[in-house]
Amino acid sequence: MSAFWELVRRDVLIAWKEGGTLGVALGFYLVVVVLLPLALGPDLNLIARIAPAVLWVAFLLSALLSLGRLFEADFEDGSLDILATGTLPLEAVVAGKAFAHWLTTALPLIALAPVLGLLLNLRPDAYGVLVATMLAGTPAVSFLGAIGAALTVRTRRGGLLIGLLLLPLFVPTLMFGIEAIGAALSEADSFAASFLLLTAVSLAAMVLAPPAAAGALRFQLQ
Amino acid sequence: MLTMQSLTQRLANPSNFMALSARLLPWCWGLAAALIGIGLYLAFFGSPPDYQQGQTVKIMYIHVPAAWLSMLVYALIALSSFGLLVFRHPLADVSAKAAAPLGATFTFLALATGSLWGKPMWGTFWVWDPRLTSVLILFFLYLGLIALRSSIEDEALAAKLTAVLSLVGIAILPVIKFSVEWNSLHQPASVTRLGAPTIHASLLWPLLIMALGMTVLFVALQLKAMRNEILRRRLKALRRIAAASAADLSQQPAE
Repeated sequence: MSAFWELVRRDVLIAWKEGGTLGVALGFYLVVVVLLPLALGPDLNLIARIAPAVLWVAFLLSALLSLGRLFEADFEDGSLDILATGTLPLEAVVAGKAFAHWLTTALPLIALAPVLGLLLNLRPDAYGVLVATMLAGTPAVSFLGAIGAALTVRTRRGGLLIGLLLLPLFVPTLMFGIEAIGAALSEADSFAASFLLLTAVSLAAMVLAPPAAAGALRFQLQ
Repeated sequence: MLTMQSLTQRLANPSNFMALSARLLPWCWGLAAALIGIGLYLAFFGSPPDYQQGQTVKIMYIHVPAAWLSMLVYALIALSSFGLLVFRHPLADVSAKAAAPLGATFTFLALATGSLWGKPMWGTFWVWDPRLTSVLILFFLYLGLIALRSSIEDEALAAKLTAVLSLVGIAILPVIKFSVEWNSLHQPASVTRLGAPTIHASLLWPLLIMALGMTVLFVALQLKAMRNEILRRRLKALRRIAAASAADLSQQPAE
């Protein structure tokens, strides 16, 4: 078990020291969220109505940027071979790296989301539920993203391909997240159902994605 | 006694498969043509127009079989992928590679005919309800399979990774099947449901004949595509052998 946390610690430290990818993801999040009101015009009511959706979709696109590099550095310098043949099962390695990605990329993006909500004139009572749905739903993004990263680790133009592969997998998280926010804002009864389904998708991804990604990585490493 | 296992074992040899498919294909084309011909005749002349929709309901005879096939083909791809990863069946990858473009085409046909049907019926070409959205996701899954395979030069690696992706995407199929029951504009299931079909016999028979005909058409296309793929791989191997022996010959004078 300590090997797992050691791997997570290593990945968090590398991401922290390297810093560049996170900065790019945050910057991309900002840019996409700014582009939409520019395109839609000054109607603040319209922008406020679509603000949760914009924040979620821009989050997914920003996460896609960083997911392609989840295994790339370790694959290129041979560390992935060592990790694959080490004491920690490859499934646990994948889980550790996905968890580290969530800590170092998803959490900062979630921290930025309310700030960008100000730009989008998000309703005041929506901030809490927005962050709650993102916290519950984004583990699915990191873990399902690990599958996409494992499949495209050798591809040179993987950045475009990984988007096509992952977007169908992200749809349930996106749908339930937006539904939960909508239900909370309109005070419908379905908030609990949507939120629980969102959490269920995340939990299922955390369990089912590591074996799939590990299988793909084993084929890549042969 | 021809069990499923012994059949797949006997067909594992590509030469056996080529021989068998060569004999089967003409019958498949003929049967597909006959069934679709009868189905279309019954659809246009043998079945009544709907009391509400008029003649537009006849799009159903293409739309519904195409939608059924889009799911059937994905299940076939998932089964082939399972056969590749677990049993290492030699023709499993050929089957999965051949079926992906066919499945994408049937899904696109279902979406297009459904969209054309929706305009007169619902007033719009598209609506973001669970059934349409999940079939669109299925279409993207097919495109992802084709894109992933073409992005990897090593064919054996591409086969295994595409197999992993198709098994990951199998979760969409129950979503499509049951999505139409959740608050959807699309009509709920009338044929594949518990209890008797709710569709009248005069519409059911042409529908079933068209479905069977289009399935046999898919089988014919699939067999043909698999034969093409086997031939392509043989050609590639022969070219490689020819190039290797040419390289050997060119090195002999140096000895």
